[in-house]
Amino acid sequence: MAEELEAERNDIRDDGRRPPRATVGSYRVEEEMFGKVFDGKVLGRIWQFVRPYKIQMFIAVAAVLIFTGTQLLIPLIVRYAIDNGMTPTGIDQNALLISVGLFAIVILINYAASFVQESVVGKAAENVLFDMRRAMFSHLQRVSLSFMDKTEVGRLMSRLQGDVNSMQEFLETSVLSVGDIALLFGIVFVMLWLDFSLGLLTLSVLPVLFIVRIFWLPRARKAFMAAHEANSVTNGALAEAIHGVRAVQSMDRQHVNFTLYNDKATANLRAHLTASKYAQVMVPIVDSLTGLAMAMVVVIGGSMVLNRGLDVGVMVAFLFYIQRFFDPIRSLTLQYSVMQRAMASGQRITEVMDVRVDITDAEDAEELSPDMDGSVSFRNVSFGYELNQPVLKNVSFEVKPGETVALVGPTGSGKSSAMALIHRFYDVQSGQILVGGKDVRSVTQDSLGQQVAMVLQEPFLFTGTVFENIRYHKADASRETVIEAAKAVGAHDFIMALPDGYDSELDERGGNLSLGQRQLISFARALVADAKILVLDEATANIDSYTEMLIQKALVKLLEGRTGLVIAHRLATIRGADRIIVLQNGEVMETGNHDQLIAAKGLYSKLYNLNYASFDDIPESALAEARAAQSAT
Amino acid sequence: MDSPLNSDAIGSAAKRREKFAGNALDHVQAAGWGRGLNTIWRITRMALRHPWQVSFAIGSTFIAASLQLLIPVLLGRAVDQTQTVVTGGSAGSAAETALLVTALLLLATSVARGIFTMFQNYFSESVGHHTGYELRLAVYEKIQRLSFSFHDKVHSGDLITVGMLDLEGVRMFFSTGLVRIFLLGVLIGVGAYLLLSTDPMLGFLALSFVPFVAWRSSVAQIRLRLTWRELQERLSVLTRIMDENLGGIRVVRAFAAQAYEMAKFDKASKFALDLAHSRVGIRVRNTSAMTFSFFVAMGLVLLVGGNKVVAGEITVGTLTTFLTFMTILQMPVRQLGMMVNAFARASTCGGRLFALLDLDIAVKDKPGAKPLAVTDGIVRFDNVTFKYPDAPEKTVLRNISFEARRGQTVGIVGPPGSGKSTIAHLLPRFYDVAEGAITVDGQDIRDVTLASLRQAVTVVQQDSFLFTTTIENNIAYGDPWAQEQRVERASESAQLHNYVLGLPQGYTTVVGERGVSLSGGQRQRLSIARTLMLHPSIMVLDDSTAAIDAATEQRIRHAMRDYAKDRVTLIIAHRLSSLMHADLILFIENGEIVERGTHDELLAKGGRYRALYDLQVRPGDGILEIAGKTDNG
Repeated sequence: MAEELEAERNDIRDDGRRPPRATVGSYRVEEEMFGKVFDGKVLGRIWQFVRPYKIQMFIAVAAVLIFTGTQLLIPLIVRYAIDNGMTPTGIDQNALLISVGLFAIVILINYAASFVQESVVGKAAENVLFDMRRAMFSHLQRVSLSFMDKTEVGRLMSRLQGDVNSMQEFLETSVLSVGDIALLFGIVFVMLWLDFSLGLLTLSVLPVLFIVRIFWLPRARKAFMAAHEANSVTNGALAEAIHGVRAVQSMDRQHVNFTLYNDKATANLRAHLTASKYAQVMVPIVDSLTGLAMAMVVVIGGSMVLNRGLDVGVMVAFLFYIQRFFDPIRSLTLQYSVMQRAMASGQRITEVMDVRVDITDAEDAEELSPDMDGSVSFRNVSFGYELNQPVLKNVSFEVKPGETVALVGPTGSGKSSAMALIHRFYDVQSGQILVGGKDVRSVTQDSLGQQVAMVLQEPFLFTGTVFENIRYHKADASRETVIEAAKAVGAHDFIMALPDGYDSELDERGGNLSLGQRQLISFARALVADAKILVLDEATANIDSYTEMLIQKALVKLLEGRTGLVIAHRLATIRGADRIIVLQNGEVMETGNHDQLIAAKGLYSKLYNLNYASFDDIPESALAEARAAQSAT
Repeated sequence: MDSPLNSDAIGSAAKRREKFAGNALDHVQAAGWGRGLNTIWRITRMALRHPWQVSFAIGSTFIAASLQLLIPVLLGRAVDQTQTVVTGGSAGSAAETALLVTALLLLATSVARGIFTMFQNYFSESVGHHTGYELRLAVYEKIQRLSFSFHDKVHSGDLITVGMLDLEGVRMFFSTGLVRIFLLGVLIGVGAYLLLSTDPMLGFLALSFVPFVAWRSSVAQIRLRLTWRELQERLSVLTRIMDENLGGIRVVRAFAAQAYEMAKFDKASKFALDLAHSRVGIRVRNTSAMTFSFFVAMGLVLLVGGNKVVAGEITVGTLTTFLTFMTILQMPVRQLGMMVNAFARASTCGGRLFALLDLDIAVKDKPGAKPLAVTDGIVRFDNVTFKYPDAPEKTVLRNISFEARRGQTVGIVGPPGSGKSTIAHLLPRFYDVAEGAITVDGQDIRDVTLASLRQAVTVVQQDSFLFTTTIENNIAYGDPWAQEQRVERASESAQLHNYVLGLPQGYTTVVGERGVSLSGGQRQRLSIARTLMLHPSIMVLDDSTAAIDAATEQRIRHAMRDYAKDRVTLIIAHRLSSLMHADLILFIENGEIVERGTHDELLAKGGRYRALYDLQVRPGDGILEIAGKTDNG
């Protein structure tokens, strides 16, 4: 082995080269940030959510227009005061008082309008945002599991958060941009009305700014995006360093990682400095154009005043308007990006809401009575996730009330799918499944769920206390019931050893418990649910022998007085079952109890005689041999 | 049942966070003003490390602010120039020339102001970005070096907050806090001087809105900031609810708990929405009040100033100067709140950030530490006692002594929580022993450099961290210069090769958080492959085959035989078949070695090891029998 590498295996080379296999962080831009500026379908969808707030929106737009109007009026009042109240040619105390009175009225209206506008828009936008998120979340509760199986949780979360938030931004700003447009047109109109030629001349700087911004925007946006992305990249690397710190320290990668992080942080710094340049270069341009417009008013307007072609108040009003008239252009061009972002987000939100709900209650669905007998039967069931790839082929079997049946078979034999069908996670392609004598499609999903409890292979715990996790949605379950259940499955002792007993907070996904302990809690949860039928997917992971023993005991408790279907991996569990169903490639190969199957000398007995403690331990090669032997006989 | 939720299911998460917030990084907040000022001074000192940029930024700020003050003066002069002529009737051309001069001055002032504002913004942002860059590196380096005991205690989410949000708060301080003091100082200070010296009464009125707006905007900003944090907390609860629901969708469906989940969502959603609404309220009340007070002051200036013009005390030009000066001042005064906020933010964010940077690293090189020199490869535990630094009342390991030499294997077994894994963590100094010593070839591991120790000792962790990168780069994590053949060889020995070849992209498949997820067993095999890339003198397998089936484990062991010949191997496991072959087996209970010997010796002894062996090696007895047997002792 290349021992000479030892000394520097973990370092940057003298020539500054980075190790070819070393990276830090992993940020990738996964989604289109900008869409079309205008997408009718998406807008229609957004409108559905805005419609309940129609009145508020109407009031808001009205308030915005009034607000804009008052802003336009103020320089006009100043002009009136100067021209009628203060010029030596016509000093008029009344005119001055009138204008101050008008001013007072206008600013009161302005105050009211600004208050109404902002609070109505702000609150309505928040409402729409929360409604939208709720609609999406609620839809996801009903879409078929095959969609959920295929979709990453992270992706859905970014719909529920990022995309929804960019819609909020869009809603808030679009009402305000109505005001911007009104202000822009208002200023143009008033200036032309006050003095057409001077107005025209002054306004000539506006298109210049427009053109400059049209050229500037795409480049600037690229720079802003680059900065944003560089930031995410750097933060991603930091997050990785935090989460993976133990691995980094054990493999002594600190030095290499620091160098690589430095590369990213430097790139981030550069990107931000570039973005900053782009943002700031607009400042002198806008200022110069403002200066130019003022200079024109002073020279041309001034000489018009000199020649008595213009009132001095008009000139002052012009100077006021000039200071404001670049604002709407600035916000309107920004609005363009907001629109594009919103359309892209809206598109993605629409996609989620349009996912079809495959499994719904039948029109005449009845409640599955808790008094049903607890039998399960599969009648000629065929099923597959894709049409031409059957997972179960014409499977039929009966499980009598109170019986425990073990489903056994190699990976991919269809065990898990069969279990999922009992709960109607998916619908069969042909045949039918009866629970308590009723077709699962003829009863409500809720009542079916109450009678069929499931324990999954990977125990899933929610943040919250141990108590809340065991009780889960059974709000009427008392503390005693919960403690009893925990005692029955042997979880009581370790729960009491936690700092706050049943009120101890669990970390995310129960991170502060061992796998075995989580398993026991999920058993207790199933016990509290108190369903007639228990479907259990035994964990494959190795659990320490002590907890394993508790689990085996708990299993017995759990199956007491219930119909049990267990996907069994451990021989101990399999042997304890009343009946064993051996599945292979989606077909039932054999059924019977342990002794019968051994006597039958079929696949089961072959596998059993390989002498592994668990069917999952059987190596692929031995399995293939057993199968070959099976098909040969 | 009025609500299916426990009264504070939602609030409990926030409480839990508070508990975390009581960590080492947060004590600063309680320490009050003195500490806050210290923090601000420290940030300022960091900025001053870029003296040129700081001087440019501040110099430009002075110039830009002064130029901005010149504009109202020039506008007033222009208005007066038109008036003099109208009243005096002197030669028109002279007046027009004067106007032209004023106009050119206006244009020049505007252009110059724009340019200097650009410099001001650019350089102050640049100082911020550079400081941010330096802090990023410091935080990254610190987090990488801090010992396990720190990372055990501090939630990774809190560290991410410090490294991203708090850092941002500090970075923004220079441009939004410090520079703005100068800007406002010049604008308000010099502006006030100019106005008051021109006309004290009118100047007073024109400035009357300043204290009110400054106060309102500061209060609003601080309140928004406080509620922002609260809102983030509430939103993070909502996020967690959605995330757990989607991640555990099978549990939700299995228990037919959709209605319960929707109720949970609605409660959290409403909780957040209420606060979002009240934040809109805070914002709106303050902005409208600020605008109103500004206009009231303007109205007063118009009234009083108008009368003064009428009385001939001031000219229309002077009045124009006052009015335009007010419009110029309006924005920066509103931003005063942002400045106050920047100070508050920098002081708390900086407090947390510097607390992190100032933390002492528990495990580090002694001064003058030498690299570890491995000669005979003898590892000794000499009466090792261990307690976690933050729980000194609980002894985790007591008087552990054993010795192992090159080529030997030591197996460690015991019930969960007995302290087995702690032994694995002491060897590479993830923690330091409390008493006793660990030596390698006679050198106390506390006397050698950490880097050399960690190259000599490799721990294969129970739960290995996957970095989001390709499988091959994950395997080569500790040796990023490695050749492809070596990676494949390690992967073959770890029995991972066939699985990887089955993936569509083979070794270049991206795994980890944003890639393909691997099962527990696959992760453990990858982790073993990682170790095989390194050449440690001491290898510790910390329950690192728990999720791998026994048959595969045996093949791994076989493949690693040659590798193990040259090193000391420590195996910690609960599956006895993993360590039966060891030269020495230690049975640990409650932190103490209760049995020691070879497999055969321990079996013959008939103690705890024997009992565990019996439990594990006879799995075929059926659950009922096993459960019954252990119940009876």
